[in-house]
Order: sequence, then C-alpha cells, then structure tokens
Amino acid sequence: MNWTVNDLHIILVGGLCAMACALPGTFLLLRRMSMMGDAISHAVLPGLAIAFLISGTRTSWWMFFGAAIAGILTALFSQWITRFGKVERGAAMGIVFTTLFAIGLILIKQTADDVDLDAACVLYGALEYTPLNLVTLFETETTILQVPHAAIVIGATLLFNILVIGFFFKEFTMASFDPALAETQGFRPRLMHYLLMTMVAVTTVAAFEAVGSIIVIAMLIVPPATAFLITRKLPVLIALSLIVAVLSAILGQVSSQALPYLFGLPETTSSGMMATASGFLFLLAWLFGPDGLIKKRTGELEKPMELED
Amino acid sequence: MTLELLRETLFLEKHNTRLVVLGVAFLGATAGLIGSFLLLRKQSLLGDALSHATLPGIGLAFAVMSWMGLSGRSLPGLLIGAAITGLLGVILVLAIRHTTRLKDDAAMGIVLSVFFGLGIAILKMVETIPGQSAAGLDGFIYGKTASMVWSDFFLIIGTLAVTTFITILILKELTLLCFDSNFASTEGWPTLRLDILLMGLVTAVTVVGLQAVGLILIIAFLITPPTAARFWTNRLSHMLILSTLIGAISGWIGASISALYSNLPAGAIIVITAAVIFLLSMTFGTARGVLPRYLRHRKLQKKVGRQHLLRSTYEILENTQDSPPLKNLPISMELLRKHRYWSKGELPKLIRQARAEDHVERQPTGELRLSESGFGEASRITRNHRLWELYLIKHADIAPSHVDRDADMVEHLLGAEIVQQLEAELELAKSTIESPHLIEAES
Repeated sequence: MNWTVNDLHIILVGGLCAMACALPGTFLLLRRMSMMGDAISHAVLPGLAIAFLISGTRTSWWMFFGAAIAGILTALFSQWITRFGKVERGAAMGIVFTTLFAIGLILIKQTADDVDLDAACVLYGALEYTPLNLVTLFETETTILQVPHAAIVIGATLLFNILVIGFFFKEFTMASFDPALAETQGFRPRLMHYLLMTMVAVTTVAAFEAVGSIIVIAMLIVPPATAFLITRKLPVLIALSLIVAVLSAILGQVSSQALPYLFGLPETTSSGMMATASGFLFLLAWLFGPDGLIKKRTGELEKPMELED
Repeated sequence: MTLELLRETLFLEKHNTRLVVLGVAFLGATAGLIGSFLLLRKQSLLGDALSHATLPGIGLAFAVMSWMGLSGRSLPGLLIGAAITGLLGVILVLAIRHTTRLKDDAAMGIVLSVFFGLGIAILKMVETIPGQSAAGLDGFIYGKTASMVWSDFFLIIGTLAVTTFITILILKELTLLCFDSNFASTEGWPTLRLDILLMGLVTAVTVVGLQAVGLILIIAFLITPPTAARFWTNRLSHMLILSTLIGAISGWIGASISALYSNLPAGAIIVITAAVIFLLSMTFGTARGVLPRYLRHRKLQKKVGRQHLLRSTYEILENTQDSPPLKNLPISMELLRKHRYWSKGELPKLIRQARAEDHVERQPTGELRLSESGFGEASRITRNHRLWELYLIKHADIAPSHVDRDADMVEHLLGAEIVQQLEAELELAKSTIESPHLIEAES
C-alpha cells in the first residue's frame, strides 16, 4: 500500500461530496423520503442523454441542466402518481425511476454508443481519476496549491446547499416536522419540498461525474441515519451527519487501498469502499449507540423519552 | 415487413426468439404475482433494496469459487451467492426497522447503497484474481436477455411453479399479513416468519430475474404490474390474476420488440412496455383509475348540486308561505342565490342542468318555478334531509343548530332502503316533515 498526494485529493473530493449529500439527506430522512435520492440518481440518465442529443457535446453545463431537470421531473412525476392515482409513494417512485432509467438506457444505446457516456460511468463514477485534472488555486515560488477540478465543482455544490439550508433553516425544519402547521404559518411546505428535491437533484448531478451515483445515494442516506441513532436534536443531527460523512470518505479511501492488500489483490474502487465505510459506521452506531443493540441487551429498560425544550 | 416479423415473434413462430420471449413472459408473471403482496404490504421498494444487495453475493461467490479451484463463472454458484446476500440485505432491513427509530425508507436506503457499494468494490477486486475472467459479471446490473438458454428457462418455470404453489397454499395468511399485520399477530399468526417467507419468494424471483433483465429493471417487474392491476379491481384474487397477466404481457411484448431490433436493450423495452400499461391503467382503470374516478366524482357533484337547488327552492317556498298546503309559486333568482350563497357562475349552471332535467322552468318574468316533477322531487329530497337530521339529533346527539351540515354530508348517498330504515327508526311515515331547526331557516 502506498499513500500519495492523490489519495489526499480523492479524500478531498469524496469528503466534500459526502458533506454536500449529507446536508439535504438529513431533511430527506426526517421527511421519510430517503429513497428519493436513489430514485433521482437513477433517473438522471435520460436527462444526460437528451442533453447530449441537443447539444452534441459533453459540456458540463448542458449535462448538468439536463440531469437536474430529469431529477426534478422524477420528484414531480412520483408526486403526481401518488396524488392522482392514490398509489403508495414507494411504488410511485419505483415506477417512475425504473421507467426513466429504461428510457435513458435506450437513448444512450441509440445515440451515444461511441461516446464516453455509459451507464456504468454514471453508476461507479471515476473518483480515482479526479487527481488527473488539477486546478491551481495559488502559486508562489516555494509552494503550489493544487486541487482537483471536481473538488471545486462539488465544493460549490456544498456551498450552495449550505446557503440554501442556512437561509431556509426554519422553513425546512417546520416543513419536515409538521407540514400542516407550516402551511398554516405561511411557510409553504410544498415549495420547500420542491426546493429540497431540486437540491438533491443538483447535488446528485454535480457529484455523479466525479464520484458516481452510488456514493451519492449512500451519503444522502447513511450519514444522517447514523447520526439519527445518536442524537435527537436537529443541529446536532446535522453536525454529526457531516462528521460521519467525512469519516466515511477518509475510512473508505484508506480501506480501498488497505483491504484488497490483505487478500493479496490490488486496490479497489474508492467510491464503493466509501459507501461500505459509511455502512460500517452505521453498524457501529447501531450496535453501540445510545439506544444501541448492545445497550438494550445488557442495560436496564429504557426510560421513557422526555421532551426537551 | 417489420410488422410481419413482429407478428412472427409475438406468436412465437420464430425459433430463435421463442425461448427468450416465453422466458421473459413467465418471469414477468412470477414477479407480477409476488410483487402484488409487496405492494399491498407497502414494501414495493424492498425489491429495489434486495436487488442491489445481490451484487456483493455475486462478487463473493465468484471469489470463493475461484479460490476453490472451480470456474468462477458457474451460474448456479453466482445465483446462490446473490440469493444469500440478497436475503441478508432484506433481513437487515427488517432488523433495522424493528430495533431502531429509523423508518422503512431509511432502512432500505442504507442496505441498498451500502451493499451496492460493497458489491462494486468486490467486483473490482475479484476482476484481478489471476487465472479467472470476471468480465461480464456486471452484466447482472443491466441483464442479458438475449443470451437466455434452456437452463435459465427451466429455472424461471421452476420459480414460477414454486411461487404459485406457495402463494395458493398460504393465500389466506398472506392476505391477512398484507391487510392487517397487527391483527394477524394478535391472532397468533407467525407474522415475522410469514414476512421472511414472502421475502424469500421475492428473493428467488429477483435472483432468477437478474440474468434476464438485470438488477435495476427487475425492480420494475416487481412494482409496475401490481400497481397497474390495482387500478382495475378492489378484490385481491382478481388483482393477483391481473397482475400476473400484466407482468406476462409486458414481458411478452417487450421481449418481442427488442428481439427485432438488436440495438434496443431488452430489459429497458420491457420496463417501458410495463410503464405504458401502467399509464393506461392509471387513466382508465375501472376501480381506481383517474378518469373513471373523475367521472364518478362529477356525477356525484351534479347530483349534489341538483339536490341542493331543489331543496333550497322548496325551503324558500316553505318560508314564504304561511298555511300548510304548499303552493308551487315562482321565486326570484336573487332570493334563491342568497339562500345558499351560491356564486354568480354556479347558480346559472345548476339551473341550466335542472332545466335540462325538466325539474324547473323559467317564468317570463325571469323568476324560477319548479315543474310538476321537480316539485315532487324537491319535496322528497327535503323530506330525506330532515329525516336524516332528526336521526342525527336523536341518535348522534348533534345539536339542532349544527345538524344541517352534518346531514348534508351523508344525505346525498341515501338509497331508498336506508330511507325506509330511517322512517322505521324514527316512527315517521308522514309525507312532509317540518325542519327541526326552524330558527336557522327563518333568518
């Protein structure tokens, strides 16, 4: 196992991405819509393909808009099917995203077979190659600070998410915990819902090129869920899920180098291992957390929950 | 020429596509059957979590078989591996749900993403095992329909037979589990074991389907046909049969179309076929479809509007006349509008409707007068309303001043039979009944 500056770059990109996802993921979790991230990240495929058809290039901006629109449409369609068809939300989501994914597969097969745009790339991403495309932040005679291009894209997404959530914190909180009350207070929970969906779509799309969608799904769900097992306070929940996100990125990259080494095999994918690492952290919280399995088994019965003010 | 080809493929006349088309159709039937229970159990996305969770099993099975010196690509081995981690994933979902505060969606999301990530990492690792070629293992993600062989076909048929057999055997238990699992467990049914059995069946279908349509599109096979079937019927047995049929038809048509065009991925075409059937069902489904429901709603609204109009007219006649034999006199539009506070656009619409039904007629003076049949209808409607009001006052302890609205909520659905029951209950057989809340009517 050899540790290089590349690994630092990968951790930087992975960590930023994990944090960017964990932020909207917290609110998805509270609204019991965690699977939306999964649905959206599959459904962006036709958006990418159509953007490619229209623009004829793989320019990031076109792809970005195409995918973001497809993501928002996924949320919209599932909502419609749930509302008009009175179908359970999970089933509606499942139908929409599998259909969009299928359309995407066909479009890609028809149009972009020879271009570097394949479904596998969307799923796994190319986190390992991000250090190849570096951008110089500043340069003096003695030092030079370079970061991967992807880090800037994802850093911007993270900043966007922080700003949106910071600005609408009260509205998001209210809409997540009590949509009916939010409605009566004039906080427009439905608008907040679509804003959240937009955030998820934008984050998914910004991250897919660099890190692949599987890590996006994992980071949208697992860090907030892990934090949820540890705390009951929203600000702590958000902070903890950010910490878990970063830890997953570091642990994932380290184990992607170290784990295969144990079996005498070369390194494996960073994004896959980052998802796995987040699962490992979740397992720890599940076993050893405040109401973890171990405690439940050995300790006395839980005291009834008290309201905190 | 293409149409001719399509016909040949659809009717299984072409030798080389017959196997694939039949195989996919049977797979669709099985998935449609078992997916119905998932849908009713509100666990549709569990198929999603499960199918993603099979990936590490495929990688691990490959590694283990290579290590044992066997061919890493032996299909039964890979499928057994897939089934083991798939089932493990589902059990983890159940465990997370039962032991933490996390809800279904989070539990499924965690298992799905972590297992899939792990699966990809393992696939990447085993790719480099010396002396073995792992190429094509990721075919399980998208499926390779066209490469179906006889052994796959028999596997599918076997799964279909076993699933159908078990479903018929424990239909009662599964029904209870889907509709009221709490009741089932208080009645002493082993709900957890039933749940795990159901998941076992889902796992079997998913794993068998991996090879044929891939792990992402098998999800559609589990979700779309039952959801589409649900729009047509409210009976479980009908829904099961319909969902099985829809699954089979999507598979049949989808596989036929994709067999004609070599560059169309079969799994995707099948999913889109199913989605089209879903859209049609959602629009036209007789039991819960959007259009029939809208039409039923419109019809009811029309009926309610008509009854409101006639009753208001009747009440105005009562209020403006002193002595009992009620005369059918013309009344002014303004008075009518104020009686129920209809909007300016609403009242003319209702009146147009009532005129078409010959219930009211317009006088030359611009006033409105009930027709012969309208008068009878109005008196009947008003009487029903008051019967219901009296019943609510007497038996539901609703204050006379509030009863008007409550009666209004139910009276439009009254059938002749219930009216008779009301009369018997209230011991009233008079042809006219006075309003129990006259103060409100006079104001």
